[in-house]
Amino acid sequence: MMDRYTKLQMIGIYAALAVFLTFILLPFFEMFMASLRPLEHLFRSPYQFWSDDFSFQAYKDMWVTVPLLGRYIFNSIFIASAVTSITMVFVVPAAYAYARLDFPFKSMSLAIFLGVNMFTGAVLLIPLYRVLRTMGLLNTYWAMIVPGVAFLIPTGIWLLRSYLEKIPRELEEAAFVDGASRIYTLRRVVLPLAVPGLIVVGVAVFIGAYAQQFLFAITFNQTRELQPLPAGLYEFIGYQSVTWNEMMAAALVGVLPVMVIFLFLQKYLVAGLTAGAVKE
Amino acid sequence: MAELSAQASQTATEVRSRTLSEGLFGWLLVGPAMLFIAVIVAWPLAETIRLSFMEAGLGGEKFVGLENYQDLADSRKFHQTIVRTFYWMFLSVSLKLLLGLIGAVLLNAAIPGRALFRVLVMPPWVIPIAIGCIGWLWLYNGYFGVLSGVLMKLGIIDGPFEFLAYKTSAFYSAIVTDVWVGTPMVTLFFLAAMQGVSRDLYEAAWVDGAGRWYRFRRITIPQIMPVIVSMALLSAIWTFNSFEIIWILTEGGPRSATTTLIVDTYKVAIGNYKFGEGAARAVIIVFLLAVFSLIYLFFLNKINKRYGVK
Repeated sequence: MMDRYTKLQMIGIYAALAVFLTFILLPFFEMFMASLRPLEHLFRSPYQFWSDDFSFQAYKDMWVTVPLLGRYIFNSIFIASAVTSITMVFVVPAAYAYARLDFPFKSMSLAIFLGVNMFTGAVLLIPLYRVLRTMGLLNTYWAMIVPGVAFLIPTGIWLLRSYLEKIPRELEEAAFVDGASRIYTLRRVVLPLAVPGLIVVGVAVFIGAYAQQFLFAITFNQTRELQPLPAGLYEFIGYQSVTWNEMMAAALVGVLPVMVIFLFLQKYLVAGLTAGAVKE
Repeated sequence: MAELSAQASQTATEVRSRTLSEGLFGWLLVGPAMLFIAVIVAWPLAETIRLSFMEAGLGGEKFVGLENYQDLADSRKFHQTIVRTFYWMFLSVSLKLLLGLIGAVLLNAAIPGRALFRVLVMPPWVIPIAIGCIGWLWLYNGYFGVLSGVLMKLGIIDGPFEFLAYKTSAFYSAIVTDVWVGTPMVTLFFLAAMQGVSRDLYEAAWVDGAGRWYRFRRITIPQIMPVIVSMALLSAIWTFNSFEIIWILTEGGPRSATTTLIVDTYKVAIGNYKFGEGAARAVIIVFLLAVFSLIYLFFLNKINKRYGVK
């Protein structure tokens, strides 16, 4: 049939995939290999692909060398979770309004939200620094949470809106006819139906929040105990004697939580995120 | 509940007039998010514009009019930075789109194991950019990175090669990392778009004897064109704004070889405490991004018309 490949084509596809995936996975593989090498062998020249003394020792030692490592990982997850919860509180009502209601300046205000997507925090750092200072939020968790929320609200609204638009309107109309108030309808009819969409958007926001911590952390927070993992690891690069193998081990362990979440939800997540890209 | 059913006979419109007006309710729901954005994004943006007319630093502020902009217009270094930024953006976005398209075609092929391959593409997109960059930092190292190691084994270079130590190699190395970060998302969106193309089109073409390449060129590409355009713009914006990758790999060096506009802005404002000069750069960035978006909307409109997409 149409989809059948000749043997040669099959080999070609697999070979091309192998090259493509090697490019994508190479840094992870390299980080893993580095984490297994004893420190004195890391700098051994000439380069060796394999040696007999590979061990998982670094995964034990890193907790001693970097006493705050556990704290960094906790901070990363805590900040990302806080950003996600707060973002969703703002996003859910707004996305509902854009999906269902008609109000003055609707398309203009939506355009403003989407315009925020064009910026990165890096452009606004100085005034943002002053705003956070005025609010007394510098060097607290909030210094990393508040800007995180602001830059994820637009994406959240955009994703959730397209999901809510797919929920049949008739259900809400029925509730209305029965005399339910708008808030009651939103809470008891729309939200329960939107749970799968809420999960997709929530996970997408969480991944975004987990990924974007670095810049805000190095700029707005000087308190070491509050640093998220990416910023915590970055501190160690500058040191005279970097225990690279432990740093690689720490980096891999640090991304494990988000990778696990992702593996469980990847099917829904990808379908939900790319829904806007597919014509119906 | 008795009260609810008693009102059941009323029409929906009547009920609506009883409750909050739709316009007010809409703003009640959107308001909090809008207020948040206003304080954290819009206000700082307005401040940035104001600061760009000031000579500002840790000491205080003094109005200098257009001086900051004038300095930039006269600076040869700044011109080079702009050219470099556009070259960076153009090269990186082209590679992301090209690799994304190839990746999507491969992952769309009906072969055993494709579900697994699709998952394997995603990690660079999911993990924090900063952590991926630590892996690349290691790869690019001349003494213990695998790239230099392999090149030495193959006899292409005689000694360790530090990829990030030379102007040209640092620039292209940063591009490779940027492409690595951006490709998975582009691939997934292209893949989703390809899956949305109706099979009937392919079958009709196949019956008529059209080959694979012909079907790809005449069906797949036109059908997913709107997504290609969207991804081109989004990638352009993100690549233009790409900060962490360059900062972690090279901090804009060596000798400014990887200093793009965004890195330059950060160095001037945060590194040297020249808030006013940094703000002027930030305003230029915002202006350029707005121009991209307008160009994008123009093209999207044209393409949607041409291919008859809603």
